[in-house]
Amino acid sequence: MLEFFEEFPEMSRGDLRDFKKVIDSAFRSFSRTYGESIENFFDPVLWFLIWFEKLLLNTPWPIIILVVAGLCYLGARSWKLSIGSLLTFALIGYLGMWEDTMSTMALISVATILCIAIGIPLGVWMARSDRVQALVMPILDVMQTIPIFVYLLPVLMLLGIGKVPGLIAVCVYAMPPIVRLTNLGIRLVDKGVLEAADAFGADKKQKLLGVQIPLALPNIFAGINQTIMMALAMVVIASMIGVRGLGIPVLQAIQNQYLALGLMNGLAIVALAIIFDRVLQGYGKRLQKDREVKKNG
Amino acid sequence: MADNKISIKGLYKVFGDRPNDAIQNIINGMSKEKLLSEHGSVLGLNNINIDIPAEQLHVIMGLSGSGKSTLIRHINRLIDPTVGKVIIDGDNIMEMSQEELREFRRYKASMVFQKFGLFPHRTVFQNISYGLFIQGIREEEVKERTQVWVDKVGLTGFEKYYPAHLSGGMQQRVGLARALATDAEILLMDEAFSSLDPLIRNNMQDILLGLQEELHKTIIFITHDLDEALRLGDEISFLRDGKVVQRGKPQDIILRPADDYIKDFIKDINRSRVLKVSSIMENETKVFGPKIRSNTSIEKALPIIASSDKGLVTVVNAKGKTIGKVTLKNAISAIERPSRDKTNRYHYK
Repeated sequence: MLEFFEEFPEMSRGDLRDFKKVIDSAFRSFSRTYGESIENFFDPVLWFLIWFEKLLLNTPWPIIILVVAGLCYLGARSWKLSIGSLLTFALIGYLGMWEDTMSTMALISVATILCIAIGIPLGVWMARSDRVQALVMPILDVMQTIPIFVYLLPVLMLLGIGKVPGLIAVCVYAMPPIVRLTNLGIRLVDKGVLEAADAFGADKKQKLLGVQIPLALPNIFAGINQTIMMALAMVVIASMIGVRGLGIPVLQAIQNQYLALGLMNGLAIVALAIIFDRVLQGYGKRLQKDREVKKNG
Repeated sequence: MADNKISIKGLYKVFGDRPNDAIQNIINGMSKEKLLSEHGSVLGLNNINIDIPAEQLHVIMGLSGSGKSTLIRHINRLIDPTVGKVIIDGDNIMEMSQEELREFRRYKASMVFQKFGLFPHRTVFQNISYGLFIQGIREEEVKERTQVWVDKVGLTGFEKYYPAHLSGGMQQRVGLARALATDAEILLMDEAFSSLDPLIRNNMQDILLGLQEELHKTIIFITHDLDEALRLGDEISFLRDGKVVQRGKPQDIILRPADDYIKDFIKDINRSRVLKVSSIMENETKVFGPKIRSNTSIEKALPIIASSDKGLVTVVNAKGKTIGKVTLKNAISAIERPSRDKTNRYHYK
């Protein structure tokens, strides 16, 4: 009797082993049966990622630098940022990190586009229905807290080492903020303003696109910012499962204690993050002209 | 009933979990207090019946919590009633489908809000054109029609400003123009001027009265301010605890308050400014002393009466025909505040 309190009543070792075996073999047979079709499902994404990476790598570097500086100006309307990004990219190239940086840029761009394309509609759906919110919230919590390697394992078993698992790893980790903040932003839209839209006979679509999303933009852009930051933070992890880019030299630096190599590549990741963010935030601010302070009137 | 633009019939609204059970109790005579303590439901509106003829400016007057903002939202069904009908031009709003209701809101009734309800991300011009934009009218026509209203409410030059850059009074002029721009026949105004300071409020009342003279809309105007109600209303409905306690023309309400609650309400107003000589005159067809128009306020009539030889003036109608006389005694007793017990001491028409 006393034994019951001192020792936790565990499953017997054999049962536990069988239990794990059942799960493992079930998943293995699942991956054998459906692995290929799942792989095919991700083919378009893979194709786009490869195409984009090749485009970045095959375009002569001066053109890339000019395009980046030009995009900076288009997005944020700031000469300072354009020149800053021009110098940063020149330095990155000079220090021998050009190709890795292009690979990382391709991965992050595709990951961010995917996260926004899935995350914003999901956030809108959550804002419209308390039931959907109750369902999705815990999933987002899991996505953000579950150790990366734990969900990477089944992904690797299904798809093998490569770009797509890397992309999935990045997206799983980076998507929750954009979903959460879109949901929050839309829920926080002033009820009085929505009532006015109702009183003038606006339908659901007119309310969503004309009132709710524009007024939720500050929160949505905060979400995009978080998503980009988290995606870049995942670059090193992604490199562990065979994604090329700035993560691989960092990984080597950790294994061999190359301080300078680690620092340089790490800072290149930081520089990318800052440029991505400033451009998008600048663009977001221009979408929200009404928040500028005018002195007269 | 065909003459009434808006007809509210037997409207009840209960806020709570099981409104349909609660409403049966109310119809069977349960009190509001008992409903709250036994069912946890709040009675918002209690058997409202109001008929509003076309082109009338109808004021619904009541203190906070009287249900007036709830009531106005039933007219365009921003709130659904528990029981009752709202009939507009013969159609029951409560039976409309979502699609019909949207059409109704787009073309027939527009609304002005206490807190303006402007779209912060749209400019003044884009705000005023919102109703037309929702109607899906082509751009040039929207521009043309919007500009008319921008000019009419005196916002010319401010088209490209955002609401946050404007003062409260200007913001509400945007709200008013936005509502008028759709050319809806019905204008719902929910404490539209209550959050403005007194001088601006007066100015907005002038604008509204000026526009109404030209436009002849059917206007429901909600307010808690008696002076505003008396100044604007063709007719006033007094709302208290979700019930209409009195309904009538401003003159009638002042001369014949239905109960002590309304008496308390009107005791501090400037009676001489609100009351017209037509309300206090004695019938007469002969001409005595100076002539004054029947819609002259007592305030303006008093000096004329006082300076006349016999303390007597003749009242004429708009066509100049003699219809009555007013003595100094009539005028002074009319502006005396009524005591709580005596009523109907005045001769009125």
